[in-house]
Order: sequence, then C-alpha cells, then structure tokens
Amino acid sequence: MNESVESVRAADDIAIERTLAGDRDAFRVLVERHSATIFRLAYRLTGNHHDAEEIVQEAFLRAYQKLEQFASQANFATWVYRIAANYTIDRMRQRKQEDARRQAPSAEMTDDVDQDPLRQIPDAMPSPERLTQSVELRRQMENALQSLTPAERTAFVMRHCDGCGIEEIAAALKSNSSAAKNTVFRAVHKLRQMLEPQFAPRATARAMGTES
Amino acid sequence: MKHLSEEHLIAYQDGERAGREAAAAHINSCTECQAELHRLAEMLAAYQALPVPDPGEDYGRRVWQQIAPRLEEKRSHWWQVFLEPRRLTAAGLVAALLLVAFLAGRVSKRVTPSGGEATTTATADAAQVRERVLLLAVGEHLGRSEMVLMEIANAQPEGASVKQVNLSSQRRRAEELLDENRLYRQTALQEGDTGIANVLDELERVLLDVAHSPGTVTPTQFKSIRQRIDDDGLLFKVRVLTKEIERRENTGKPGLAESGSAKVERNNQA
Repeated sequence: MNESVESVRAADDIAIERTLAGDRDAFRVLVERHSATIFRLAYRLTGNHHDAEEIVQEAFLRAYQKLEQFASQANFATWVYRIAANYTIDRMRQRKQEDARRQAPSAEMTDDVDQDPLRQIPDAMPSPERLTQSVELRRQMENALQSLTPAERTAFVMRHCDGCGIEEIAAALKSNSSAAKNTVFRAVHKLRQMLEPQFAPRATARAMGTES
Repeated sequence: MKHLSEEHLIAYQDGERAGREAAAAHINSCTECQAELHRLAEMLAAYQALPVPDPGEDYGRRVWQQIAPRLEEKRSHWWQVFLEPRRLTAAGLVAALLLVAFLAGRVSKRVTPSGGEATTTATADAAQVRERVLLLAVGEHLGRSEMVLMEIANAQPEGASVKQVNLSSQRRRAEELLDENRLYRQTALQEGDTGIANVLDELERVLLDVAHSPGTVTPTQFKSIRQRIDDDGLLFKVRVLTKEIERRENTGKPGLAESGSAKVERNNQA
C-alpha cells in the first residue's frame, strides 16, 4: 500500500515532535523513511556508492543537530534533501581543491573557474560503433556529468533527475532563482556539447541564436 | 529562417512560460528545431534513466545503526518547548489574529478580562491539529499493518509436505512497522487517546512476535503466531479502529476514549 503524501507528512511531524521532546529513537523513523531518496541523490551526484553512503549519514546527522531550526510548515523530506545537496556540493568542491593541490600546487582551482568541459574528456568521446553499446554510452554520460562543476552537477540532477523546482535548487546552491536557472542551463549546455555526437546540438552557432 | 537559440530551446523544454507561444509556433513550423528539441529531450530522458544501485530494503535500518551512536540525546526543557520555531510561528499567528480582531473592534465582545476564552480557543485549535495529524498517521499505519496480519491469517501452510513457512517478507515489514507503532502509541497516550493507544499496544505485541521470528518458521511456530492474532481478535480490532479513525477524520468528532473537550481541558491543566 502506498502512503499518501499527507500521511507521510503527518508521520514525519509526529517523529520530529517526539525527537525534539527527547526521544532520540523517534528519529529512526525519519532515517528509515527517507534514506533511500537521499542515497539516490548522493549517488547521482558522486557516482560512487561509498561516497553516497557517507553523504546520507552526514545529512541525517546534520538534520538531527539542526532539528530545532526545522519549521513544521516545511516538508522534512525536502529539508533533509536540501541539507544533503548542500553538503555534497561543499564536499565535492573541497575534494576538487584537494585534487588540484595534489596535481598542480601552483594552479589554484576553484569551482567558479570556467573550465572547458570539452577538454576534460577528449578521449572519452565514443566512436559510432561504441555508441551502440549502452554500457559505453552510460559511461560517457557519467563522465560528462562528473566533469561539471559541483554546483552545475547538483543543479542538473535536482532539476532533470529529481524534478525539483528552481527555488529549491536556489536554496540548495545558496543562490537566487536567476542564478540557479543559469546554472541549470549551463549544465545542460555543457552536457550536450560533451556528449556529441549522440545528443549534440546542430551547430555551435545555435548557442548564440545566430544560426539562420 | 532564424532558429531558436539553444537557451530558448532548453527553456522551452524545461517548461518556461515566457515566450512559450512564440517558441511553440516556431517549433511547429521548423523541422530542424523539432529534431533539436527531440535530441535534447532524449538526452535528459537518458540521464533520468541512468541506473542508481538499489541500496537494499533494509538500507534505512543500516543507516540508523551507523548514526545512532553519534546522536546526542536532546534534552528538552519546558521553556524550549515554547521556543520551538513551530510554536513561535503558531503563537505569532494567534497574536496576529488577535490583533486583527482587536482592531476590528470585536475582541471586547469575545474575550474575558483574563483573556481566557481566546486562550482556550487557541489551545483547542492546536489540539485539533495535533489530533488530525495523529489520525492521519495512524490510519495509514493501520492499513499497512492490516495487510501484514491478513497475509499471515490467509497463509495455508497445512499439509504433510510443508516443512517450512516463509515469513521473511512479513517479518521485514513488521520490523519497519514496529518503530512507527511505538511512536504512535506513545503519542496517542500523551494525547489521552486511550482507544488508539490500546489497539496499538496489542498490535505491537504481535508485530514484535513476527519481527523476532526467524525468516522461515515451522508450521507449529507459524500456528502459534497466527493463534496470537486470532485469540486477540486483532484483525477485527484494527479494522474497527480504522473505521473509527475514518469517521473522526470526516466528522471531526471526539474519539473512542474521551471527548475532545475533555482532552482540551486536560491539555489546559497540563
């Protein structure tokens, strides 16, 4: 039997109230109910089972610590999802910086540096023969996704895999709606470029709207 | 012909409203843009379809086992309860409503010098909201519990050839239901809803039996579990309570154990 959205919300409210009243085990209901959703998000963002599991644990630890700040008007599922997305972005950025320091100590890399994604996976582009194998295409798609900046990846997954609203994405990115929208667009644009020729735009000129 | 830019195409695919009619008109008359839109939709669909490994049915339980030792007990003080954001919001709302009522010149007719009537009304509203939340959650919980009980009651393990009865599915679901059952029973007790609390108490004992049983039981062990359900008339009680909850949800009438006003009275005293 599928639970209705309303009853899940009611069950969450009761669990939150009891947790806040000092019943730590009541939090278990929330963890058991929402872990799989957070895992899916974390896996899509990291492409790694181990990292995804760590993110799930951290998201719920943070949710527990901040539970007093949770307003009942909000939806716990959305709230903990946002905590997980936010934590994942920080974690990916930090890892990226560590990797950059290890590889080239003199070159400071930040999330905002506009790296040309086309240069990142030049050898990963599939030949037409290999494209027919779905495993290969999958790998290409995953590589392309992983080459986006943490913010772009998060925005793309939230929007196009989990169907989140722009406001929700903006909250997770700690930015405004307009910036979040741009980030989603940039992510789609880069993915299309990287996945050429399978899903490629007709011509680069199209991006400028000048093709005629 | 000037085609749609990629930005406009992506925005259109994403459901953007601004300029939608013009974009649609162009796409309808331009096969190149149609093909482009199709390729974009294909890529997004492919990303949606990328497989994510299933973490397993007991994943949430495993996460809990990992994090539970790291969670500090939350100490609740009486003043913290009043300072919870949700209560502050509610208090703010009540204050705002009272202010509006005052400005409208109505407050003098309704509120006693001590403000007791307004306080009682606010408390009664809060109690009704809490009751509704509880009914909603328990109603759903009973539905899922009933399915597990029904499956056990309807299983037919009899026969000489049957050596083992597989209860692993029911056992797993009983484990999941146990946590929620405990939560709702305690909340019902706290709310003074003894009718709900009593049935949940009986249900919890049977769920415990099922949850603690091995995944595969002998016919004798199975009979013992089923006997427990039959002896207590548990399925019947669960169905009666489900109906009662539906009635209360629809009518907002008081529950089995006591009237709503009695509960409000008790809440005021607490």
